[in-house]
Amino acid sequence: MLLNALLLALREIRRNLMRSFLTVLGIVIGVAAVITMVTLGNGATRMVSEQIASLGSNLLMMRPGQRLGPGRDSAGAPNFKLADVDAVAQQINGLQAVAPVVGSAVTLVAGARNWSSTVSGTTNAYLIAGNWKLATGRAFSDDEEVAGKAVCIIGNTVRKELFGSQSPLGNAIRVKTFDCEVIGVLAAKGQGAMGMDQDDTVLLPLRTAQRRLTGNLDVSTLMISLRDGIDSTQAMAQIRSLMRERRKLADNAEDNFNLMDTRQIAETLSGTIGTMTALLGAVAAVSLLVGGIGIMNIMLVSVTERTREIGIRLAIGALENEVLLQFLIEAVVLSALGGLLGITLAFFACLGLSGVMSMPFLFNPSINMTAFLFSAAIGVVFGYVPARRAARLDPIEALRHE
Amino acid sequence: MSSAGEPLIALHGITKTYGQGEAAFQALQGVDLTIDAGEFVAVMGPSGSGKSTAMNLLGCLDTPSAGEYLFRGIHVERLDRNQRALLRRNCLGFVFQGFNLLARTSARENVELPLLYRGEAAAERHRAAGAALAKVGLEGWEHHTPAELSGGQQQRVAIARAIVTSPLVLLADEPTGNLDSKRSHEIMELLAALNREQGITVIMVTHEPDMAAYARRIVHFVDGLVAQDGATEAGACC
Repeated sequence: MLLNALLLALREIRRNLMRSFLTVLGIVIGVAAVITMVTLGNGATRMVSEQIASLGSNLLMMRPGQRLGPGRDSAGAPNFKLADVDAVAQQINGLQAVAPVVGSAVTLVAGARNWSSTVSGTTNAYLIAGNWKLATGRAFSDDEEVAGKAVCIIGNTVRKELFGSQSPLGNAIRVKTFDCEVIGVLAAKGQGAMGMDQDDTVLLPLRTAQRRLTGNLDVSTLMISLRDGIDSTQAMAQIRSLMRERRKLADNAEDNFNLMDTRQIAETLSGTIGTMTALLGAVAAVSLLVGGIGIMNIMLVSVTERTREIGIRLAIGALENEVLLQFLIEAVVLSALGGLLGITLAFFACLGLSGVMSMPFLFNPSINMTAFLFSAAIGVVFGYVPARRAARLDPIEALRHE
Repeated sequence: MSSAGEPLIALHGITKTYGQGEAAFQALQGVDLTIDAGEFVAVMGPSGSGKSTAMNLLGCLDTPSAGEYLFRGIHVERLDRNQRALLRRNCLGFVFQGFNLLARTSARENVELPLLYRGEAAAERHRAAGAALAKVGLEGWEHHTPAELSGGQQQRVAIARAIVTSPLVLLADEPTGNLDSKRSHEIMELLAALNREQGITVIMVTHEPDMAAYARRIVHFVDGLVAQDGATEAGACC
């Protein structure tokens, strides 16, 4: 009986192919929207966490100024000094590397080409803290660091833009007013968590940058990486109290520097993306509901339109339940087909969009399954009322219906 | 099973009232009628005489307001909706004035419909539908939809659908009402042949004495009662 009803339903759908398609369009779009939103959201989350992992595990960043937020002011907070860097490196246990950083945005020139990038003055500790590998060349020598020589290590994007397919090693880049020799190229990392290009960077010895770019002995950022297994909360508390002491802050004064754990940022960011995904998914789910109402509407019209047919079926000896089942299955098959179409549509939409947005495409079987089952359930819920109306028709009245 | 000598159909004091109170209208006012297996009965009468109501009752599509309807000894008036549906499915076949075929559905699929509800296997449905269509002279027309068939052919498909289950009774409600006289005679000959050769009891409502002449017995309804009941020439000769 169930198989028969299925057969009858499929026959009916085939007979009204165009109407059937228009009926399920709402479901198709709803299912496609839900799946696309969730899949893209998952891809974004995955992308962020991968990028955070590429930063290096347990990386702390310390900057002068108060915690960012409404009503807070970062002006007037003094920069760090080299002595602060040494103090952190020597007095805090469990650190892998402490790298001082001063940065500025500069236009670089090499031969006939030029490129705007960020130049950072730092030490070799930066490579350890930032989890950087050298593609070619070498790191700074002690001599270069102490003397502040004009040498640089460039990121992959800078290499591409300035040197193309040529080898950059030994060539000179003009940074503002001075030339510096390229001694190394960093291995490519790709896009960063906020969408910036991590490879678009040039590293100079700290002293070189201080002397030739910033003109003072300040350090604007400390990158601190922890050893594996070290509790970041505890290390952060120690660094914080050390810095408060060094900056002579009174007990009731707020910090005039801020210390962030990149992993925390990553988790916050993934959490935000997760919330957005859920929200967009919910909005898309509303369109699924609207699609269900569309199915009910068309099924009700269909029952009225097919009153005579129902009369024929009843006269021939169809039971009330068989007619009910036929219409119910018709609604379920319709909406399930709509669900399948939606899944297909979503698959290609996700494939295209994740390509455009350069995000990983993560096929999520559970959301596809859920959306499919949900669309079938919509068929049951919204198909029931029309099906019951069909089943309860009086055969004589139905046969007389024009 | 009915015992020997028991009529196939027996109506005792059947009344049917539509509406209530002042507006009540009594379509049947106490009909007594018996029909034996193998009969070919024409039901005639003017509009409003109650013959359509009687046909609906005989076809188990409706229930009487009072009285007894025995079909092979079964009290139809005591059956519920689903039990009556099963009776229709297993024992009755219907032919309507307006053919009532499913649109955009091939002749074969139309004929297969009752078998589908009986739960017959696909191969058996296919075979039986083909045989029934052959019996009404529509071999080779299996894949045509009603829109591609003439009125006479459509009524033949309807007859094939009615006989595909080998029913005991074929109920025809003005089967020639929408056909020209040539097609009408063809359809009547087909019904007469089914009655004669297959032994199917045929009960037919008609306005036309020409068509009623094919039957072996004519029942006249007037004002909700059987006014006249007698054999025709076709009936008298055999």
